[in-house]
Amino acid sequence: METQEKVYYEEELNPEFLDTIKELSHSNEIDRCIQCGTCSSSCPDAAYMDFTPRKIIALTKGGFEETVLKSFTPWLCASCYNCQVRCPSQIKITDVMYAIKRKAIQENVYPSRFPIPVMYKEMHKILTKNGRSSELWLMLNLYLKTLNPIGLIKMAPLGLKLMKTGRMSLKKESIKNKKQLKKLLKAVKENT
Amino acid sequence: MKEYIYYPGCSVKTNAKHYEESVLPVFKILGMELQELPDWNCCGATASMSVDEEKAAAINGRLLSIAEKAQKDIIAPCAACYLSLKKANQFLKENSEDSEKILKEMKKLDLEYKGTVQVKHPVEVLLKEIGVDVIKEKVQQKLNGIKIASYYGCQVVRPFEDFDDMDYPESMDMLVQSLGVETVDFTAKTKCCGGALTANLEELGARLNYIILKEAQKKGADAIVTLCPLCLFNLEVTQDNISKIYDEDFKMPILFFSQLMGLAFGLPKEELGFSRSLIPTKQIWNKIEIGGTNV
Repeated sequence: METQEKVYYEEELNPEFLDTIKELSHSNEIDRCIQCGTCSSSCPDAAYMDFTPRKIIALTKGGFEETVLKSFTPWLCASCYNCQVRCPSQIKITDVMYAIKRKAIQENVYPSRFPIPVMYKEMHKILTKNGRSSELWLMLNLYLKTLNPIGLIKMAPLGLKLMKTGRMSLKKESIKNKKQLKKLLKAVKENT
Repeated sequence: MKEYIYYPGCSVKTNAKHYEESVLPVFKILGMELQELPDWNCCGATASMSVDEEKAAAINGRLLSIAEKAQKDIIAPCAACYLSLKKANQFLKENSEDSEKILKEMKKLDLEYKGTVQVKHPVEVLLKEIGVDVIKEKVQQKLNGIKIASYYGCQVVRPFEDFDDMDYPESMDMLVQSLGVETVDFTAKTKCCGGALTANLEELGARLNYIILKEAQKKGADAIVTLCPLCLFNLEVTQDNISKIYDEDFKMPILFFSQLMGLAFGLPKEELGFSRSLIPTKQIWNKIEIGGTNV
């Protein structure tokens, strides 16, 4: 029988972690979780997760900060909102997953070779710089950052098909008033 | 009724060009000429929300402010854009400490936002404001003979339940039925396609899309119609991988509902972007030509 190797003693837990996630997710309802598992059974991706959504909520309540922030689970959340609309305790579970993602990025403990956080960070970076995202450049950056040249080669036939049907452009898209957007995001970062 | 301004978003300008190519002419025929939101930026979708909530709100706040200045509500065809704008709109109207600060910074940069803009999806406007009766009047060629599974995905119906049921919505079914199309009882219509994960996680993407395609096939659908660029993309692109992993070749065409509307309104099919489909659409044409009737 496989057991989880790492044992956490109370002093290694963070009792304030629950409050942090409550604040970041604007969901005070986490307290009301009855561990019924409706979220996990509603989740289309639960089979691929290291901890199901139900477990993530329990771990968050228990202060298992490191386990939660390093988990793949929030990055496997596709934001389908099934769990959130079905939760009998009205916990905004999708928003909790977003809060965990943001905290993991902020603390720089997200799974750094996993393509999803890298893609999100890259896309956010491209759009804050140019105002728009450019799929081709996003994918190129992503494969470079995750050191995955095979992925890039596998994508080539699809890229060609998209070019042929006029559905992919080589152009780096951009807005006119980049200055305004840049100033806005800088001010927001400094003041919130 | 307030007028609408059109927010295309990045997908509709690249991989989902055929959405724009069909949705704009359809609205024009119905008497709504949609102008594009000037100098629009990307909504950030699930990416910005995963990285920085305040910035995500500001990115969308810029769009809401530009629309407010034009005294118009926003119409957003992409599901991710629709939800990002709605979430930011809610966030900015909450009067929280953070939202007040963001609004203050926006105002300094000539982006004042008072919170008056509503965000709508084209399907919502077509059904609730224009109405099936007006749409039926514009139909020149009934599309009898084809069976369609209408697929809504997630973000237009959840978490905001503003215009349709979140598990079994029917608005898009009603729209295409008004064109003479038969729709199947498609219980997978709000199952997830994997969104932004599908392009990067092959096995997961193949599995989620297999379930949707298989259900549509079992119900006898000739094609799937959708209202979301990313859903369309995922359902098309994963079919190659699915045939490798599951040894099943669906060859299921995936279309935008607006392409069928344009076709029924008598627009030439060459102008509606059918040639941009990655899956051959020939089987649909055979059926429409055999079973289609002129009104």
